[in-house]
Parts: sequence; structure tokens; C-alpha cells
Amino acid sequence: MRFRVERRSGVPTYLQLVRQVEQALRLGALQPGDQLPTAKAVVEETAINPNTVLKAYRELERGGLVEARPGRGTFVLRTLARPASEVDGVLRVELEGWMERAAGAGLSVEDVDALVADARARRFEGGGARA
Amino acid sequence: MRWSLMRGRVGSRGVGPVPEGAVRFDGVGKRFGGRSALRDCTFEVPRGRVAALVGPNGAGKTTLLMVATGLLRADEGRVEVLGADPARVGMPPGASFVAQDKPLYGTFRVREMLRAAAALNARGRWDAARAAGLVEAAGIGFDERVGALSPGGRARVALAIALGRDPELLLLDEPLAELDPLARRQVMGAVLAASAESGTTVVLSSHVIADVEDACDHLVLLGGGRVRLDGAVEDLLAQHRVITGATEPDGAVVHGSRFGRQVEALVRGTGDGEPPTLDDLVMGYLQAEDGRVAAAGAPS
Repeated sequence: MRFRVERRSGVPTYLQLVRQVEQALRLGALQPGDQLPTAKAVVEETAINPNTVLKAYRELERGGLVEARPGRGTFVLRTLARPASEVDGVLRVELEGWMERAAGAGLSVEDVDALVADARARRFEGGGARA
Repeated sequence: MRWSLMRGRVGSRGVGPVPEGAVRFDGVGKRFGGRSALRDCTFEVPRGRVAALVGPNGAGKTTLLMVATGLLRADEGRVEVLGADPARVGMPPGASFVAQDKPLYGTFRVREMLRAAAALNARGRWDAARAAGLVEAAGIGFDERVGALSPGGRARVALAIALGRDPELLLLDEPLAELDPLARRQVMGAVLAASAESGTTVVLSSHVIADVEDACDHLVLLGGGRVRLDGAVEDLLAQHRVITGATEPDGAVVHGSRFGRQVEALVRGTGDGEPPTLDDLVMGYLQAEDGRVAAAGAPS
């Protein structure tokens, strides 16, 4: 597990670490029983403050995703990967078809991003701009 | 002298609990001839922190570090480093200092330099394996001549020697100056690894806030020989806001700048506006007149 810290992104560093671990769990790159890198290893690589790493690991522990075992390290408790299903495949094909049509209609990447973000916000976050 | 009841560790002298502050300055002043290099400096770096001593060139950072190590004696005020007065005991045994010029013997080979360091530290703690390990981890050959190393290589050797003393407190004067971006990352990484592994308190000076802002959780800001800010980075940021508007806001304005028709002000307090970046905070306090909070209504 290698962490990438984006310093000017506006997202607090500890949150970046939390999300990267969650992403790894979703993709199966981290499995239950795996050990997260030690704070020492992370700060040696990224030159961030050790407390930032500890804060991220505590957050993951609060979410029940990992467990700190004193003297031994921090270990993954559960995965976030969903079992692959037929629906996933169909959704992906539909999405790629939509992308094709959007490109054909002359949408730019930014246009696509804006449309997707808005539709997603309306469905998942109860927000989004009015059409 | 403040004693912490929460940390039950026995101090190195074997008596009583260990003071909470690693470095404590109280009203410290230092003059060179007629010139005041440090004036009424009061701050405290708690144990276990990675503290940035930040300020423009000439602000007094090197002077402050040299007073902390006992290489200079304060004219006024009290200095306490790991519970002792460095003016009386010299460099506290639990502390290591790396000066800006990274003092090493240029004609020595690296292995000879490490042997010299071991001999110079014969009466104290010396972890030869740790020092050698750090040199090796830096990819530096033991047979290379110190003088032929890159600035980054010299910094890594100097740091290896400082950490070979197994210090509770590591003081570094501009450790990243003259280093390329990769070497800067690696030196900071090695410093932070020591903090992560051993809880070593770190105080490092820098005139470039961007170099240290992700690494440090404590800030001491020096301007014109005075301490302008001292505190945990998290707390300092939470206690200030940046407010943009047509006029300077009411309240405790640290510094306001006019940009065309807008005024952007760093304010002490919570509520309206945006949280400041560390850069906003540092620049605001450095530009504030005499380090005092400017009166509301008068753009600086």
C-alpha cells in the first residue's frame, strides 16, 4: 500500500489517507488480515507528520475497517469490495455507451463531469442544481 | 517549572516525572553589541512534537537555536531544554543539534566520520548500528569521502550522526537549505521516521514554510527577533479566519491587505470567512505592525 499525498488539493491529508485505504479495500488491493504500513514507513516516504497517519488509522478503526494491535501494527478487519455481479457488467456497458453518445454530441470532458456530478448529487446526495 | 502528571516517565536524572516541555523560553533576550537579535522570546515546544521555527532570514532563528544548545548565552530570561538550563550544563545529553553548515570533516571517509562521532560521543549514548544504518539507508557508501558527497548526502550523514546519539530532542538549523526537492523529501522523511519510531521531539528552522508545513504540528514564528506566534498548528489554524470584503472587518484583525476594491484580512476568531492556510497565518503575522493586532477599520 503506497500513499500519495496531494498537498494543494484542499482535502486534509489524513482524509486523503483514509480514502486511499478505503479505495484499496474496495478494489481488493487490501484484504482482511493485511497489515497497513507503519506510521514510520509512511512518513519516511511522504514526509508528513506521524500524527496525521495515526489520525487516519484511528478514523479507519472508528469505521470498523481496521484494528490497531499494540506492539504489532494495524491490520485490516474487513473488505469493502462488493462481490462481482451481473448488474455491474450491464451498468458498465451502458455507461460506456452513454459516453460514446456524449462524445458524439460534442460534449467535452468538463461537460461530462458536470452532468455526471449533478445527476449523482441528485440521486445519492439529495442535492444537485435544478435543470 | 511545570511538571506533567500525565507522563509518568522518570527523567534521565532518575528523579521525579519529566517536564512536559522539551524546549521552553521565557522572556529570552540576546544582544550582539547594540543590536537586539532576540527580544522577549517566550514559547514552549511540548514533547513529541515536530515543531517548525519559521521566520525570514535575519529573524533570529539561528541565534535562538544556539541559545537552546548552550552555544550562546541569553542576556535575559529563562531557557529550559529537557528540564535543564543549557547555559549551565551545555548541550543537554538528550539533545542533538545539526548546524546549518552540517559540520563534518571533509577529508574523512564516511566510515572514519562515524568513528570520529563515536569517539566524540564516548561518554554519552551512542548507537553505532543506528547511525550506520541511516547512512546505508541513504545509499551512501562508507568509503566515500565526506567532502565529495552531495549536499543531500552530507545532510544525511550529519543527520545519521545526530540520531546516533539516540536523542530525545533533535534541533536542526535550516536542514533543507541547498537541497534539491528529492533530497528535501528524503531528509524530512528520515527526520519524521525518527519522530514516529522514538517519539523524538524535533525543532527545525526554515525560512520556507512550504517545505515544512505538512511535517510540522507545532509552529513558532519569529519576526524581527520576537516570537509572533507559538502553538499547535491545528489550534492556530482553527483560531483564525480569512475574511474578504469591501472594508476591513470588525474584530481582532491581524493584518489586512487591499486588492483593488477588496480587502482581505486575517482575523483572530471564529465564524465568517475561510480557514487560513499556514502561509496566510505566517504572512499575516509577519506583516502585522510590531507583531501587535491592528485596530479594526484601519487597513495596514
